[in-house]
Amino acid sequence: MDIKTTLLLIPLLPLAGSAIAGLLRHQVGRSGAHWITILAVAGSFLLSASVALQVFSGDWQVLNYTVYEWAVLDGIRFQVGFLIDSLTALMMMVVTFVSLMVHIYTVGYMKDDPGYQRFFAYINLFTFAMLMLVMANNFLQLFFGWEAVGLVSYLLIGFWFKKESAVRANLKAFLVNRGGDFGLLLGVAAVLMYMGSLDYAEVFAAAPAVAGQTMTVFGGSEWSVMTFICICLFIGAMGKSAQVPLHVWLPDSMEGPTPISALIHAATMVTAGIFMVARMSPLYELSTTALSFILIIGSITALFMGLVGIVQNDIKRVVAYSTLSQLGYMTVALGASAYSIAIFHLMTHAFFKALLFLGAGSVIIAMHHKQDMREMGGLAKIMPITAITAWVGSLALIGFPFTSGFYSKDLIIEATKLVDRPGAGFAVFAVYAGVVITALYTFRMLYLTFHGKSRADAETLSHAHESPWVVTIPLILLAIPSLVIGYLTVEPLLFGGALTDAIRVLPANDPLPHLAEHFHGPAAFALHGFITPVFGLAMLGVAVATYIYLFNPRLAETLKSRFHGIWTVLDRKYGFDEFYQKVVVGGGLAIARVLSQVGDRTVIDNGLVHGSARLVGALSSRLRTVQTGFLYHYAFAMIIGLVALVFAFVLLRG
Amino acid sequence: MENSLLSLIVWLPVLAGGALLFLDPARVGLARSFALLTALLAFALTLVAVAGFDAGTSAMQFEQKVVWIAAFDIHYHLGVDGLSLPLIALTALTTLLVVIAGFGIEDRPGQYLGAFLILSGLMSGMFAALDAMLFYVFFEAMLVPMFLIIGIWGGPNRIFATIKFFLFTFFGSVFMLVALIWLYLESGSFAVADLHAAPLSLNAQIWVFLAFLIAFAVKVPMWPVHTWLPDAHVEAPTGGSVVLAAVMLKIGGYGLVRYSLPIAPDGAAALDWLVIGLSLVAIVYIGFVALAQTDMKKLIAYSSISHMGFVTLGLFLVFAIVRNTGVTDGAVLGMSGAMVQMISHGFISGAMFLAVGVLYDRVHSREISAYGGVANTMPWFAMFAVFFFMANSGLPGTSGFVGEFMVILAAFKANVWFAVAAAMTLILGASYSLWLVKRVFYGEVANDNVASLSDLNAREWTVMVVLALFTLGLGLWPYPLIEMMEPSVAHLVDHVTTSKIP
Repeated sequence: MDIKTTLLLIPLLPLAGSAIAGLLRHQVGRSGAHWITILAVAGSFLLSASVALQVFSGDWQVLNYTVYEWAVLDGIRFQVGFLIDSLTALMMMVVTFVSLMVHIYTVGYMKDDPGYQRFFAYINLFTFAMLMLVMANNFLQLFFGWEAVGLVSYLLIGFWFKKESAVRANLKAFLVNRGGDFGLLLGVAAVLMYMGSLDYAEVFAAAPAVAGQTMTVFGGSEWSVMTFICICLFIGAMGKSAQVPLHVWLPDSMEGPTPISALIHAATMVTAGIFMVARMSPLYELSTTALSFILIIGSITALFMGLVGIVQNDIKRVVAYSTLSQLGYMTVALGASAYSIAIFHLMTHAFFKALLFLGAGSVIIAMHHKQDMREMGGLAKIMPITAITAWVGSLALIGFPFTSGFYSKDLIIEATKLVDRPGAGFAVFAVYAGVVITALYTFRMLYLTFHGKSRADAETLSHAHESPWVVTIPLILLAIPSLVIGYLTVEPLLFGGALTDAIRVLPANDPLPHLAEHFHGPAAFALHGFITPVFGLAMLGVAVATYIYLFNPRLAETLKSRFHGIWTVLDRKYGFDEFYQKVVVGGGLAIARVLSQVGDRTVIDNGLVHGSARLVGALSSRLRTVQTGFLYHYAFAMIIGLVALVFAFVLLRG
Repeated sequence: MENSLLSLIVWLPVLAGGALLFLDPARVGLARSFALLTALLAFALTLVAVAGFDAGTSAMQFEQKVVWIAAFDIHYHLGVDGLSLPLIALTALTTLLVVIAGFGIEDRPGQYLGAFLILSGLMSGMFAALDAMLFYVFFEAMLVPMFLIIGIWGGPNRIFATIKFFLFTFFGSVFMLVALIWLYLESGSFAVADLHAAPLSLNAQIWVFLAFLIAFAVKVPMWPVHTWLPDAHVEAPTGGSVVLAAVMLKIGGYGLVRYSLPIAPDGAAALDWLVIGLSLVAIVYIGFVALAQTDMKKLIAYSSISHMGFVTLGLFLVFAIVRNTGVTDGAVLGMSGAMVQMISHGFISGAMFLAVGVLYDRVHSREISAYGGVANTMPWFAMFAVFFFMANSGLPGTSGFVGEFMVILAAFKANVWFAVAAAMTLILGASYSLWLVKRVFYGEVANDNVASLSDLNAREWTVMVVLALFTLGLGLWPYPLIEMMEPSVAHLVDHVTTSKIP
């Protein structure tokens, strides 16, 4: 098959699957819907794999072409087109593989749900949108994919639309993301203005010439154009990749069914921001200010969101805060000019975090849709496959040597230590502290869920059993890459230069050559990992969690009351939600009511409009009554007269 | 220059509609099939025009010119370019859908459908008129059928709303009439092309511009002369709201591109700050006002005003772009965005008002609070509604995105802050649109009315599917429409950036 046909089929298969499963849901039935959508995404995965094999084979020429022209005017070509390089190929693999696993898993997870077909239609549509996003060769299509994944995220968070909490969460997610998109759109507008194109290749070619330019934004202060563009685009990334302070939607998105928490809100969509910044590395390299900003935002997210994870009792929320924290790590890597390491962590995280979410889902099925870890415990004996795979995911998450997470996280930490730009000191502290915190909340979750005595009621416990194979197979298939993908790919991806056709770093900023000096193969690197301070910090976290949650459960309560102030701050998530609810939502609605009541009704309508009407009315009340009385006659006379006049005229003279 | 295609498009529905007015009220079936046939035929004729249209030129096409009133050199002169033809096609399409949706009307259906056909022909005539007097006659005449539609088939407070509507528009158009007569005395012609070419002093242009602005600002409507629109929508029957939003609001924008800008370009350049300022107020202020509405139709009416802000903004960016960058690059983008926004808003606002009509027909309430959980009982309808409200909030891939995107990109070239204010619509538009969706469609079934709802019937399906396809089609591939408009828009940009001061 022609490569362009292949590339076109990759997003179109799931789009077609979605249309069939969604619009013909009654005709295809439940099994029809899952077969069609699974086959579509499986086809998409296999084709992506074939493309990736070619791309990573070594002699691939970056493919950049137009699929169709969307609009051409004013000297600008708006197009839909694909840019296929190593970064795209990697993302396509991650997206289609995780999506396939989630599709299969859903057969088990959603089997009793009345919206079965609709769910498959949505996740297939998501796969299409995400593929369009990562395959884009221009900003227009990026924005399309960006908002389209947002749409599907909205539909899926609110999938159980009868639940008030779900439809609050989906509205919140969409609106907070729109806040980010506001920045993204302004960034795109600035790109068009200063670089004269929305095509990535043309923009990157024009970027160096723009680097020195300034623009006036506030009063007389001059901004570097590149800094303005990069920060605006990054605001978009902060929405999608849930960076503080636009992170508030992600924990609430857990109201959606668990498979989509894994697919959209852990593995793929939320990493779109990370992907976008990496894709834009030729621009970001030209603004140290923007990179510093990214570094600081990422550090704050990595550290403070991890802390919140420690006090969560809902199993999905622990994983959600962990996702926030890990996205923070990726953002730190971006801010450190270590774009390829950020993408590397994006990939390893996609596998182990999807695994953890699906594992949590498996537990939730067993617990009859209870999610509170305080009512779990001791499940390892009942559901061994889930427990073992959850252990695998957890070890990868805390960065245990040889697991995939070890390679990516350790390299982020090493790269951060090399950074020399404002915010670097705090970033180093945050990524180190994050290691302890990650280990602490991860093992707290493992122990509370799988070990110790069961706290579930007898009724629930008597029905609890290991999940069916459609659930456990995806767990196993995700556990394998969670263990080995780092070991296998760290060398070619990072030190072999596989991503250099997509990611461009200024030599002065590039941390990879320094890291390569100390890298002597994945095995040696992992062995050395056992004697680093990072490993010590992780073990510290594990030890504390083990002592408290496995051997001395009452200590948790004691600590909670002893440090009640800190606990409250964490439990209320630093008050972000209250702030948005009271100030942004409350303020916005107050403005809306004032403008509506006072502005429109009182001043304009009652004041200006009816005021002048009263004035005129007082002067000519008689005339007005006459007019009203003959309204219909007048109108008919006018229309008939007009028709007769014009038409007769055309007939006579025409 | 003889080509009667446009005359057919204008007069066929007027005559057929006129005949329907006098049809025996008992013959409902005949009235419906006759109206449907006429609307289909009129739409087919506009497709003939679109197919035969040469997109490579900005010249007028399908021209027909006959002397009408020789004493004042007034001509019956029709013709279309890339700016007017899409609007005529939109008019015919909207009328067709309104006729289909109007099959459910029980009260004097023949007259109801007839009024819409007459209205449709008059609006097409207005878009096609190339003589200012002819334009003025159509401009005023179309008030009559709309006035009757709201006044006869409207809600309980319809008399108030019709008078408010009538007085507002009439008030504005008086100024336009004065300006046209003055221009005639000055230039000796009512021909639009002559008025475009006539040199005028800056002072005169400013007065002419202001006179036109008053007339067209009421139609758009622009803040602060917008308050007639929510009242008119609330009282209008569904079809009336659809035509009002989908087509009649475009008359203001069309007037600005056909009259204000080319006749008084230097006046427009001198006063562009005023239009841009009012546009940004419309986008932001009205966006907030929409958020506070509790009546679905009012919410959509305010949403329309806010979206029309993009039309007026896009049209008037050209001067600020030249001042800021020294070249006109971006001006065509902004103006084309404004034109696309008009067409797109026709689809989306029409669909949203039809959606409200679907609910109103069943429950007889427009209050948001009367609903809740409609998705439980009307899943297919909910799908369409979510789609159209998403389109209304500018989702890429729908037509609602195209115009806003282009205008925001162009606004950035004029002034960063224009773009910042305009981009607020991303948040505000999504807020009022999706909050309505949440309150009406999601949640548990709120009450017995909602529990007893039945999903869309075949007629409603047809209308929704057609509009959804147009919304999606224009969003995924705006190329043909933009290609059709581009020469005319580029010509207009050239024209308005050339001074007319003698």
